[in-house]
This record gives sequence, C-alpha cells and structure tokens, in this order.
Amino acid sequence: MSGSGPEAAAERNHAGPPLMPHRHRMNRHVVVIGGGPAGTAAAEAALRHGATVTLIDSNEALGGQYNRRIPAAYGVRRPLDIGHGYRAAARRARGLVEHPRCEYLPWAAVYQIERHLDGGCPAVRLLVGVEGDQRTHRVVQGDALIVATGAYDRVCPFPGWDLPGVYTAGAAQTLAKTQRVLIGRSVLLSGTGPFLLPVAQSLAAGGARVIAVLEANPRGEILRHWAARPWQLRHSAGKAKELFEYAGCLARYRIPLRTSAAVVAVAGEGRVQEATVARLDENWTPIPGSHTTVVVDAVAVSHGFTPQHELAVAAGAALTAQGFVRVDENQRTTAESVWAAGEITGIGGAQVAAVEGAVAGIAAAGGDPAADRALRARHRTAEQFVARLAAAHPIHPGVLTWSQADTVVCRCEGTTRGDLTAAWARTAGESYRSTKLATRAGLGPCQGRICAANIDALRAQAAAHPGPASTDDRRGASDYTPMGLAAASAAWRPLAAPIRLRELADLDSEGQS
Amino acid sequence: MSPSMIPPDEDGVGRADRPLTVVVDGVEVPGVHGQTLASVLLCDDRSHWRIAPTGGARGVFCGIGICFDCVATVNGIPDIRLCRRPARDGDTVTLQSRAPQEDRTAGLSLVQAPGTSEAEA
Repeated sequence: MSGSGPEAAAERNHAGPPLMPHRHRMNRHVVVIGGGPAGTAAAEAALRHGATVTLIDSNEALGGQYNRRIPAAYGVRRPLDIGHGYRAAARRARGLVEHPRCEYLPWAAVYQIERHLDGGCPAVRLLVGVEGDQRTHRVVQGDALIVATGAYDRVCPFPGWDLPGVYTAGAAQTLAKTQRVLIGRSVLLSGTGPFLLPVAQSLAAGGARVIAVLEANPRGEILRHWAARPWQLRHSAGKAKELFEYAGCLARYRIPLRTSAAVVAVAGEGRVQEATVARLDENWTPIPGSHTTVVVDAVAVSHGFTPQHELAVAAGAALTAQGFVRVDENQRTTAESVWAAGEITGIGGAQVAAVEGAVAGIAAAGGDPAADRALRARHRTAEQFVARLAAAHPIHPGVLTWSQADTVVCRCEGTTRGDLTAAWARTAGESYRSTKLATRAGLGPCQGRICAANIDALRAQAAAHPGPASTDDRRGASDYTPMGLAAASAAWRPLAAPIRLRELADLDSEGQS
Repeated sequence: MSPSMIPPDEDGVGRADRPLTVVVDGVEVPGVHGQTLASVLLCDDRSHWRIAPTGGARGVFCGIGICFDCVATVNGIPDIRLCRRPARDGDTVTLQSRAPQEDRTAGLSLVQAPGTSEAEA
C-alpha cells in the first residue's frame, strides 16, 4: 500500500485543504495517538504526504499490543523472534523515530482532549514519563488528530472470574511474549475469536501446558462465516497464513481446540485451582450435565474486545450502535479535524488496522486516499473482514447465565450481579447513572473500562424482562439478541489517564505551554 | 503453580538477565532488569497483592494498564499500576488494601473528576 504511483503523484501535487495558521506551518501538523499498527501506519502515511507528525504512544516502544516489544532493559539478543510481523513493525518504527518531520513521544499518557469553543482540531494534553516519576506536561495542538488507541480484552463475568489466576488472554500474551513470564504450568484458554490461538502458541512455546483452547461459538457457524464470499478475503492471505501456522502449532503441541465449549466457572482456595468447563448450545447457554472439572494453574479468557475509545469520544466523535467510533470512507469521524483508525473503529486485527491507518494518515495530511486505488481496494476488503470477524465470533446472550447473584461484576468496587439486579428492580426504567450511584459499579479506578459493557448487557436483559430480581435468567437469555463482538457504552472519561493531585497543581503554576 | 519466568537457557530470544532487587513490604525480592514490578511479584510466587473492597485478592488481570487491579504503592506513591511500571533496583513496594475492616486503606490518590465515568451510556 505504500509508495505506489498514484500516491506518490498525489504527494508531488499536494495542495490539500485550506491550511490552518497553527504554528505558522505551511504543511499540516498531524497528531497521532497510538503507536500500534493503525497509529504507525497513519503516521507513516501522513509523513509521506508532507505532514509534520507528532506520534504519541503510551508504551516504551512502538508496536501497540500486536507487536509489543520486550523491554530494551532485558537486553535479549533476538527481540523480534516473538511473533508475527515484528521485523516489519521494527522497520516501520525506526523509519518513524528517525524521520525529521516526526516527533515521537513514548511513555506518553494522554489525560485529556480539549475541544475549542470556536472549533478546529482539539488539543491533546499529556504527561510524558513513567507514572510516579517526575513527568513532563505537554499540550499538542495540531491541524488534524488521528485517534488509534486500540482495544482491550472483553471478559464476561462467571463465578470465580475475580480470583487470582484468571487473566485476560491479552495479559497472558503480554506476559509470555514481552515479559517472558508464564501465567502457569497448566493453562486453559477460553473465549471466542482467532486471538486465542497466538496466545496458545506463546504459552506453549514458552513451556506451559495448554490444556485446551475453548472456543465458545459452534464450529459450523464459524466455518460458515469464514467460508462465505471467499473473494473478499483476497487481501487476507497473510492472515490466513498466520492462522495456518497457529493451527500447526496447536497440532505440534497437541493442544485440543474445542468449539461450543467454555470455562463457565473457576474455584480455588484464594486462587484458581480448578476450572469448570461446559459444552454450550448455540446461544452460549451451558448444556445441562456437560460440566467437567479440570485442574489448572491459570485460566486466560477473551470474549472479544472492547474499543478504547474514550479519547475519540472526548474529541466529539460519535459511536456506532455497536459502540465503535463511527468513520466515513476516509476514516474521518463526525468530529471536526478528527480521524480514527484501527480497533476503535471495529475489530479486524493488525493488517486491517494498518490499512485504516494509512487511509486516515493520507486524509488527515490533506491528501486523497481514493487516489490510491490499491489502497482503496484493500480498505474495502478490510471493512468486510471486520464484519466477517464480528459475525463469526459474536458474544451470545447465554453468557449472561454464567454469572450468579454473588458473582462480582465490577471488580473495582465489588458490585455483584445481585446488587445490580436489586437496584434495577427498585429503579425500573431509570438511568444507568442512578444505578451506578446506588451500587458504585463503574465508579472505581478503572472508570468502568472492564465492567461497563457487561453491565450494559445485563441491564438490557433486565429491561427486556422486567420483574423481580429472581427472574430466571435462562428464560430471559433465550430471546435476547446477540451482543456483538464488543458492545460497549459511550465512554465519557474527562480524565482519560491517572493524573496526580501534585501534577495538577504543577500545571496550574506552569500555565499554558 | 504460580507464574514463573521462562528459564533463560530454554528461552529462544537469547536472554542475558541482569539481576535487581526490590523491597516488597520490607522483604527483598529478586527480579531482572526489563521486568515490570508486576512480573517481579508474579515470579515471587505471588498471584495477588491487593485486597479489593469485597475482601477478594487482586493481582494481574488485564496486564496492560486498563483494569487497575494490580496497583500498589511504589517508592511512596500510591496506586501505581505495577503491570506498567518497569522495576528498578531498590524500588520499594508497599501493598495496598481496600478491605473494609482494615485501616491500611491507601485510598485513591488518583484524581477522579466529578462526574467521571458517571455519564450516560
């Protein structure tokens, strides 16, 4: 997608939209938040189209979650031998870090997006440095903002999911790949989606025994969605190769892949010691009598992903009904001068994110993404890939039958499902806000990032089936529509990252920069 | 079994671990440079190090700074997410608890703006 003829021509003839007078630059200043596949592709494309770029990333090194690096302090000899795409990502990262028009800010926590009363591109407020150290405050004002903040694992609650030893699949992957830490000797992976496979590979390659990979959706459904309209997958050959490799890895390590199955409960003295595995019907309701108990050290779970879209929301971007940032064919959001790319616009994986990032980068720099026909074609199939993934690996409402009245839903505040249903029974038809104030769910330090989507799902079910809290959930679940891969509520988090009182006080004394 | 590091001699990435020591609630705990404090604690046979308001134990859950399960006080500054914090030789870590009956509650020093996360869906 890079360096093609039409794009190069567009660069030579670059005129762009009317330039804003910020900083008296004659080229556009594009601010990119996020250093993963989408953000780095966006920065690269914007630079190619003549823009000046500020690339803001919260990690030590570029790569995002997909190409997250082993910290440099480890000093390993082969740091790129830990997964797919690392060499290409490292090349791309070097090109960005060394580019004369790119300012790269690692360890940067964006805590606020500030919209201006008279419109224009929002300002980005951030702190640079390791949290707890003396950090440097910055306000970055660009002509265009690209938000590429990615997504994180969604875990639907089940009894025991708050016991130590239950990790998100992303945590298991990050620990294994970039910290060289295995979450246990015997591990069960449970959830839905192809992401479970590379996690199994990392754990097995590190020496853990992966007891099984449990995919909750039925094999037939998954195959039907992946086999449909094969011509749309013509740009996904790389992804297919990757999947075949994971399949080969499962075979090599003799890891069973079971469909229509899930960890529906875990138990243990102070930490996970055993997991209850059940066969699921197509609605994800456990089949009575199918439960078995497995001795485990740890369980890694991912029921899909939640977009980390609060910065886009703060910038004024509208969301789709599925909770992703709404973008047009140029990845432009509904907010002035704000683009979005990658998993916050729909879950599609790294290759899709990179295509979206390239489109956003060109558009934000003032170019015309449609001038690159190859890129446009890839962009179209990328969108189809997102839709296919969502269709093949939805979360089905039977998942709501897994939790019990005493199952914690909000991990921060300890709000149980029973607390929530009792509050809803008292305040039927009233707002989410009143529920939160009554139960404290979502008011803890994670600001609802982990629980909000799950509470939304429970609340939707309660609203569809009002009645006493003892209402049989199974009945309610049977005619509830699928929640989708990442149904998440609009995230309004005025302070998007932790900031300390001392740091706020320092801001007052230093004034605007 | 608790989490553990891949043994250096079995690790294909070519490790040359350089040891460090952190102090957790007064006890010296070994680690290596490059580890996060969360990794150091996980590999010290600790699957958890914080008590939630329910009394439940919390350690690493999301591993990438989203869930705030793994927070502890580092060098006197409370509520640091250990999964995002590189371990440095000599770091002192004090474990936190929000268990209702304990008076060791570190409280939340993080600013939560009025209305934070209370907006409507």
